[in-house]
Amino acid sequence: MRITELFDNGEFVVTAEVGPPKGINASHVVAEAKEYLSTITAVNVTDNQSSVMRMGSLPTCVQLKNAGLTPILQLTCRDRNRIALQSELLGAASLGIDNILCLTGDHTTMGDHAGAKPVFDLDSVSLLHTVCQLEKGVDLGGNPLVGEAPKFAKGAVVSPCSDSVDAQLAKMERKCLAGAEYFQTQAVFDSEKFIRFMEKAKQFGKPVQLGVIIPKSAGMCKFMNNNVAGVHVPQEMIDALAADKERAKAGITGVEIAAKIIKECRPYCQGVHIMALGWEAKVPELLKQAGL
Amino acid sequence: MLITELKAKETILSLITGKVFVLNCHGCKEIRFPEQEAELLQKELANVTGTVTTDYICNPENLALRLQKHAAAMEEADTILVFSCGVGVQTVADLFPEKKVCAGCDTIRLPGFQGVTPLEYDCHQCGQCYLNLTGGICPLTACSKGLLNGQCGGAKNGMCEVDPTMECGWERIQKKLEQLGRLDALKAPIQLRDYSVD
Repeated sequence: MRITELFDNGEFVVTAEVGPPKGINASHVVAEAKEYLSTITAVNVTDNQSSVMRMGSLPTCVQLKNAGLTPILQLTCRDRNRIALQSELLGAASLGIDNILCLTGDHTTMGDHAGAKPVFDLDSVSLLHTVCQLEKGVDLGGNPLVGEAPKFAKGAVVSPCSDSVDAQLAKMERKCLAGAEYFQTQAVFDSEKFIRFMEKAKQFGKPVQLGVIIPKSAGMCKFMNNNVAGVHVPQEMIDALAADKERAKAGITGVEIAAKIIKECRPYCQGVHIMALGWEAKVPELLKQAGL
Repeated sequence: MLITELKAKETILSLITGKVFVLNCHGCKEIRFPEQEAELLQKELANVTGTVTTDYICNPENLALRLQKHAAAMEEADTILVFSCGVGVQTVADLFPEKKVCAGCDTIRLPGFQGVTPLEYDCHQCGQCYLNLTGGICPLTACSKGLLNGQCGGAKNGMCEVDPTMECGWERIQKKLEQLGRLDALKAPIQLRDYSVD
């Protein structure tokens, strides 16, 4: 099932995110997703997230699909040139993976193989364009595909709380022109900023899923404020997490904060994308508190 | 050896808005600059306020001095059309931030000349000069990822997350195009690098 069908039906689409293991056994990831994420629409599988080498997104997607979940294949341009990316897309389609999220990807120097060659032969925009070409039965070199052409729900990302919001909107427009059908956002902690962003982004007419992280501690928030682009946690949330460490550690405060953001932003977006970062077990409670 | 190649005539003509000032650089010694082709093409240009052929336009101090007596002609022009390597175009774009500065050439090779060029401008010798789409700021060298279609999500407080001492190249491009009233350049067709001309 392509998740674009749900957006078209006006459904509020909830997705979450899992990361493949640094090893050959993904059973833990699959079991957790089955236990905590089976009620939501689909599960993103990251592609060597933060440039840290792990099992690939595609084999993990296939294992999730076999367990009855709907996976979204994340595909970045960091590690593969246009030949490898197109090959991966054909492979995904042949294995029944029809939801994708196209990203440029973090730079190699951000991860655990800092000396690796950063590829970026394509970027998120030209990757979306490439997917559209494949869907027309032609590859990027202009050569015809043999047999049935693939068909994907094509997703992209945008960073609504970035301090370069005009550049982000310009890029979002290019992604729409290149064929993006839905957007997931970087984590939002400032509802007002998100709502202001959506006022401008709605001109593109594409569904946008609010990005949500459950904040685990004051320290985590400070780290994100200092190091993660496009993320800013307001001081009052940091104070709330710091006020009662036990409550924060148990996830109670974080879930309350995330649920509040979802409720405030829900009228302005078409879905929610939860980046649980290891706290998948808290997702059902978050959905309950957010009224989803 | 520095090798530049003229862009297609139609491309160059489409770049010019209003009156144009032409700047040729015949600077480096071992240069292969398409002098005759450039001259023929420049004869066909309309509304030329002035033409200067000089050397080492990659040296901003020298260039500013050399252009002093052409100040009126430059002021009158809406577009400065530069026939030089990518370093030269970027130097001119930075020196005249309020003007539309366009590249008439693609730069194929530059090695051996890095020592004489100012360090803050870098040409990737991609053979597909993008400076006309980006307000004279090279997306290949000003962006850590060399992105051609806009900013990634990795800018923090306007700085690149890969190198926090470096301003985000695409934020610079965005600001420059906004300043020039040329944000429509961001609506150009999707750009795809051709490594076979690199």
